[in-house]
Amino acid sequence: MRRRRALWFWVFVGPFAAGLALFTYVPLLWSVGLSFFDAHNTVTPTDFVGLDNYTAMLKDGAFTGSLRTFLLFTAFIVPVTFALSLALALMVNRVRRAQAFFRSVFFLPAACSYVVAALIWKMSIFNGVRFGLANTVLGWFGTDPVAWLSTTHPPWYWLVIVTVRLWLQAGFYMILFLAGLQRIDPVLYEAAAVDGARPGWTVLRHITLPQLRATSVAVVLLLVINAFQAFDEFYNLLSDARGYPPYARPPLVYLYYTALGQGQNLGLGSAGAVILALIIAIVTVGQARWLKLGKSGEE
Amino acid sequence: MTISRRTLLGAGAGIGVGVVSGCGSNTGRGGGSSGGVRLAQWYHQYGEAGTEQAVKRYAAAYTKARVTVQWRPGNYDQQTAAALLTDSGPDVFEVNGPSLDQIQGGQVEDLTALLDGVKGDFNPAVLAPKTYQGKVYGIPQTVDMQMLYYRKSMLRDAGVEPPRTLDELVDAAKKLSNSKVKGLFLGNDGGAGVLGGTPLYAAGLQLVTQDGKVGFDDPAAARALGKLRELYAGKALLLGAPTDWSDPSAFLQGLTAMQWSGLWALPQVQKELGDDFGVLPFPGEETQGKPTVPVGAYGAAVSARSRHKEAAREYVKWLWVERTDYQEDFALGYGFHIPARISLAKKAGKLRTGAAADAVRFATEHGYAQPLLWTPASQTAYQDALSRIIKDGANPESELRGVVRKVSAELDRVKHTS
Repeated sequence: MRRRRALWFWVFVGPFAAGLALFTYVPLLWSVGLSFFDAHNTVTPTDFVGLDNYTAMLKDGAFTGSLRTFLLFTAFIVPVTFALSLALALMVNRVRRAQAFFRSVFFLPAACSYVVAALIWKMSIFNGVRFGLANTVLGWFGTDPVAWLSTTHPPWYWLVIVTVRLWLQAGFYMILFLAGLQRIDPVLYEAAAVDGARPGWTVLRHITLPQLRATSVAVVLLLVINAFQAFDEFYNLLSDARGYPPYARPPLVYLYYTALGQGQNLGLGSAGAVILALIIAIVTVGQARWLKLGKSGEE
Repeated sequence: MTISRRTLLGAGAGIGVGVVSGCGSNTGRGGGSSGGVRLAQWYHQYGEAGTEQAVKRYAAAYTKARVTVQWRPGNYDQQTAAALLTDSGPDVFEVNGPSLDQIQGGQVEDLTALLDGVKGDFNPAVLAPKTYQGKVYGIPQTVDMQMLYYRKSMLRDAGVEPPRTLDELVDAAKKLSNSKVKGLFLGNDGGAGVLGGTPLYAAGLQLVTQDGKVGFDDPAAARALGKLRELYAGKALLLGAPTDWSDPSAFLQGLTAMQWSGLWALPQVQKELGDDFGVLPFPGEETQGKPTVPVGAYGAAVSARSRHKEAAREYVKWLWVERTDYQEDFALGYGFHIPARISLAKKAGKLRTGAAADAVRFATEHGYAQPLLWTPASQTAYQDALSRIIKDGANPESELRGVVRKVSAELDRVKHTS
C-alpha cells in the first residue's frame, strides 16, 4: 500500500520535479558556475577567473546605474499600484449592482500581454509626433508635441513606463484586495458603528486596513519582486535595432545586452544575475521579517 | 559535486536544443541518415518581397548537397549566437559579422581559401571587418550603406541649400523646423544609435586605428559630437515617430525634411517622391573633416560545429564566389543593395543613374565600415556616452575620456585573447 502511494506520488510529482530541475535548477547552478569563468561566446568555458566578473560588474557604472534605476522605478510603482488597486477594491466592494461587471472590467487588462500593451503605449498613445493620442490632447490646449520616450529633461519616459504597468497590474491586485475585504467579518463594522465610529476614514483606518494586513504584506512583496523582474515593457518601449538608451535601463535589460545579444559575455552576465538574485533574496527576506509575513494579522 | 562534467555538458546541450526547438522551429537539418549530405542554411528575414523565394531557389539549384534554407524572423543575431553554442545550429549562415569574439572563440570556420584568385574583386571596405590576422571568416554577400535623404521642395521653400558641412547641417535642420515639420530625423533616440562612429569619421577620425588603438582620442571628436547636441537642443530633430530611421515613412509622410536612412529605402522613396528628393553623405566637419557614409555587409559564414564543414565550405564557395548570376540577382533583384563584387557593381545598370549612382559613389569614395576590433562592449560604452551628450547635454570631453578608457581596456582584452 505504502509502495503504491510512493509510486503515485512520483507519477504525479515526478514530471514537475524533473522539469523544475532541468529548466530551473540546472541552468541556475550552471549560471553560478559560469560567473567564475571568462565565458565569451561559450557555455563550457575553461578560463577560470575567480571573482573577476563580480568585481568588474560591481565597478561597472552602467550596472550600478541600472540598480539605481530599479530603485527609482520601485519607489514609483509599488506605492502607486498599491494605492490604486486598494482604492479600486474598496469602490468595487461598495457597489451593490453589477459588481461582477466592474470586477471583470478592472481585471481585464491583467489578461493583456506586456509586449502588446507596451507597443500600444509606444506607437499610439505616447508616440512623439503630433497625431499621437497624448499629443493630440495636448494640442487642444495649444501645447507643442512631446517626444515622450526620447526626452530626458524632464524624464517623461517614466510616465509611459509607470502608466503601462499600472494599467496592466492594478486589476490583479484589486482582486487580491477584494478577496481580503470579503473575508472581513461584517460584525466588526456593526460593532464599530454601535461604538460610534463614523463610516469613512475612521472605519478604514481602524478596521479595514488592520484587517487587510496579511493581504497588504503579500501585495507589497509581490509588487517589489515584480518590479525587480521588470523587463518586457522597458525593452519594448525603449529598445531599438541599435540597442538601448542609457537611461531607464533596469538590471535585467542591461544583463540581457551583456550576456545575450551581440555581447555574448555569459560569464559577466551570470555574475550580474547572481548579484541581482542575492539582492532580491536579501530584500525579500528582510521585508518578510520586517512585515512579519506568515504571522496571523487578524488577532 | 557528484555530477560529472560530462553529464553537465550533456544536460546543457539538451537545454540548448530545448530552447531552440522551443521557438517552434526545426533546425532544418533533417535526419542525415539517408544518402547525400544535408546542410542547413540560415538567413535573417529580409523585408523585400521575393528574397526568400530567391534564396530557396539558389539552394535548390545546388546539386552536391541538399540545402535547407531557414528564414528566421526576429532577433537574428541573438538566435545565431545561441545556436552556435549547440550542435543543432546552422551549417552555413549569414551574419552581420562574424564578431571578433565569434572568431576568437573558434565558432566560425576560416574561409580564406574560398577567395583564392578573386579576393581583389570583393569590396575591400566590407571585406576588412571580416578579416582577422589575414584570414577571412565571412564572404560578403551584398553591401549596404546609409545616407541622408532630403526633400528638395522643402529645402527650396525654406531657402536652404543642401548641407555640405556639419555646421550647415545644423543650420539647415533648424531653419527647416516648424510646428508641423521637423528639420532632421536621426532615429527616435536622437541619433546615438544609428550614427555611431559616423560623426567621428566625418571629423577625420576613426573608431579604431590600423594598429589597434583608440582612434578618437582627439579634441575634434568632442567638437563633432557637440554639434549633435546642438541639433537636439535646438529642437530640430524629429523624435518619437511611429517608425524608426530604417523606415522612410517619417520622411515620406512629411514629418521631417531630412532623414538619415539606408540605401534599402531608396526604391520606396523614389516611387513616392519622384524627383523631389536628393541624397547626401554625412557632411564633414569644417576644418579637418570629410563627408562620410557607413557601409557594411552581411557575410556568409560556416559554423565550426557543423558536421559537414567541407561540404558547407564548398556550398558557400559555389553560391557566394562562383555563381555571380545569383549574387547579382540577390543584390539587385528584390531590395536595393550594392553587389559586394566590384565587377558586378560596375556593370549594374540600376546603379548608374540618379540617386542610386550618388549612393554608389558615396560608398566608394566616403565609405567606412565598423572595424572588427570595435566590440559590442566598446559600442555600448560609446553609444551610452553619445546618448548622454545628445540628450542630457553632458560634457563631450569628459564623456569621451571615459569611453577612451573603456575602449582601451577592451582593445587590450581582445589582443590578449588572440
